[in-house]
Amino acid sequence: MAPLPVVIPLIVAAVLAGVGSHLPRRVLDLTALITSAGVVAISVLLANASVHHVIVYWFGNWQPTAHSHFPIGICFMIDPIGAGLAAFTSVLVFAAFTFSWSYFESAKALYHILMLVFLAAMCGLCLSGDLFNMFVWFELMTAAGVALCGYKSEEGHSMQGALNFAVLNTVGAFLSLSGVALVYAFTGSLNLVEVGVTLAQHRLSSEFLCVAFLFILSGFLVKAAVFPFHFWLADAHAVAPTPVCVIFSGVMVELGVYAAARIYWVVFSQASAPSAAAVRTLFLIVGSCTAVLGALFCFGQRHFKRLLAFSTISHVGVMTLGFAVLDPAGLAGTTLYLIGHGLVKAALFIGAGIVLHRCGSVDEFDLRGRCRALAPIGAMVVLGAIGLAGLPPFATSFGEKTIEMAAHHAHQGWIAAVLIIAEIFTGAAVLRFAARVFVGWGKGRELPLHGAPHIHTDRETTGQHSRVPVFMWVPMLALLGGACVISIPSTVRSGIGRQLQRFETPAIYQDSVLLARSTEPQYPEPETAPLDFGLENAGVLVGMILLAGLALAAGSDEFRAEDPAARTWLGIQTIFRRLQSGRVGDYVAWFTIGIAVYGAILVLLR
Amino acid sequence: MQGQIIFYAGFAVAVWLFLIGLYGIVSSRHLVHLCLSLTVVQASTYVLLAVVGYRPGLPAPIFVTMPATSSAVDPVIQALMLTDVVVEATVIALLLSITVRVHRRTASADPNEVDLMRG
Repeated sequence: MAPLPVVIPLIVAAVLAGVGSHLPRRVLDLTALITSAGVVAISVLLANASVHHVIVYWFGNWQPTAHSHFPIGICFMIDPIGAGLAAFTSVLVFAAFTFSWSYFESAKALYHILMLVFLAAMCGLCLSGDLFNMFVWFELMTAAGVALCGYKSEEGHSMQGALNFAVLNTVGAFLSLSGVALVYAFTGSLNLVEVGVTLAQHRLSSEFLCVAFLFILSGFLVKAAVFPFHFWLADAHAVAPTPVCVIFSGVMVELGVYAAARIYWVVFSQASAPSAAAVRTLFLIVGSCTAVLGALFCFGQRHFKRLLAFSTISHVGVMTLGFAVLDPAGLAGTTLYLIGHGLVKAALFIGAGIVLHRCGSVDEFDLRGRCRALAPIGAMVVLGAIGLAGLPPFATSFGEKTIEMAAHHAHQGWIAAVLIIAEIFTGAAVLRFAARVFVGWGKGRELPLHGAPHIHTDRETTGQHSRVPVFMWVPMLALLGGACVISIPSTVRSGIGRQLQRFETPAIYQDSVLLARSTEPQYPEPETAPLDFGLENAGVLVGMILLAGLALAAGSDEFRAEDPAARTWLGIQTIFRRLQSGRVGDYVAWFTIGIAVYGAILVLLR
Repeated sequence: MQGQIIFYAGFAVAVWLFLIGLYGIVSSRHLVHLCLSLTVVQASTYVLLAVVGYRPGLPAPIFVTMPATSSAVDPVIQALMLTDVVVEATVIALLLSITVRVHRRTASADPNEVDLMRG
């Protein structure tokens, strides 16, 4: 059963590629929905079956034998975290397919095929236990993602977004592959566990380990869109069709953080260098920069999808901070946050799709007051803003508080301040959009000089625009509901906490993969965050509302001319806009600088 | 000795190709040039893999004409390289098709002239 989450969508995609052009649209939709639902079911079964021991599946039954310790075979290494992420991925793909039922009428079989291949690649990345295999799934994700991103190929923008996506991710992938080759040269293996054991046994120079670590991670960090590798993400999101954005923001980007965490813990955590302190410092820097800059930039956007894309960048920074604590509790917080954020963000993108369907634009100023008839959708967007701000009852709240607790225990309490900034700014940005668009508050005119770019977005639907089809708003509501209820049972939270303790214990994976036996040490009961964060929650809520109100009021000229704070703000925004130049060459230059700086940090602190 | 020279020389070539390819991408004024620069970066991974799999004086791992127990250069690396070629051919094909679309739409293939999305 182990390889089915990858095999099923690939086979269905292949069949659709053969006969899809002769099938009516509804048959395609149903096939895709059933396939993704099946993948959800199988992944949940796998997660359930692997709760007590890691499932190892050797392709072609090429497993390590007693006399040769060397695993030539390629394996899937399945634990509840990986299988759970695969299930989560397919839930979002299912939601995206539901949404596209009455959306995207022009979509032919190609759309379904690409989405299924994309799903297979993401599941493969979640389950893989092999370095090179991870690279292959990563590249398959890039290829399918780029094709989906440029799906509306008659628009010039979409080509530029897809181009930036493809080039930056491919350059990152090449650096990852170079890292894999270097590691292979010194360990003679590609299996995550085997490489980890060999690196720990051989005394390789710490500089080499730092370089190999950073190289291998570089591709995944580009995918995770951390600063300064994040530029492509906003361009790609601004142009990709709405159901594709749901997948991009909901789970694809987050899988980059998952892969980084998996590789660090299984492969590098036992080798003495790069030392844990250096890795922690590096990711604390990366995460804080990403969270704060993403949030500030998010607040300066007027194109709703782009605004949401920058908020994704900010939240990936938050998840990186959870990983950076290098503690099971921190990563447990990241996992909860990932699920909550993915569901909320998917719902918000569907909201953007509904607005685009009804009003033919996603521009905040174009739309001012034009969506008053869509009050229920507006209410859901406001709920989404609350979810992004990490307020209860959303799962993001539990995740964020768990990260804060872990940071506090690791004597990095200042992380809480970064998280609060990210929450207030991203929540306020969505709240401001909702207030202007669904209620009509604030000025409808953009600030003349420093304004955010006006990006035209074509409708993705044809036919009747006077109503919102049930297949559009139901998934939005369901996703928001899911984000609320998923973390309420404390068994879910403690279960995730316990699984993360295993995730960070390489010895368990070594026993399962190399010796085909399962050992299960007893873990202490993980701490779950107590929920007495009332003061902080109230502060975030008030801050968010104040900030949104300020932004709505700041549309008036007299306010802007006099207030030095407003001038400073506009100055910051201008600098950011210059950085986000839209040119792929600049982005690759940033990539190079980022790798050099992060490499220097890692080597100097090792 | 010979193996060492080949290792270091190959390593240097790989680094050089990677950097010159990156420079090509950063300074590119034409999308086809950009795609080709990307293949130069990719070529650096080929060289690196070839160097990693190289064993001085040993033949290719084709066990039809020689006994299965004899030594050869590392066949795993060759499998990796083949996979790399296939995967990247897909991406480059996608990029070239994007180039064609961009050119058809804007009558330009300069990545600096399609920047409609600043900020």
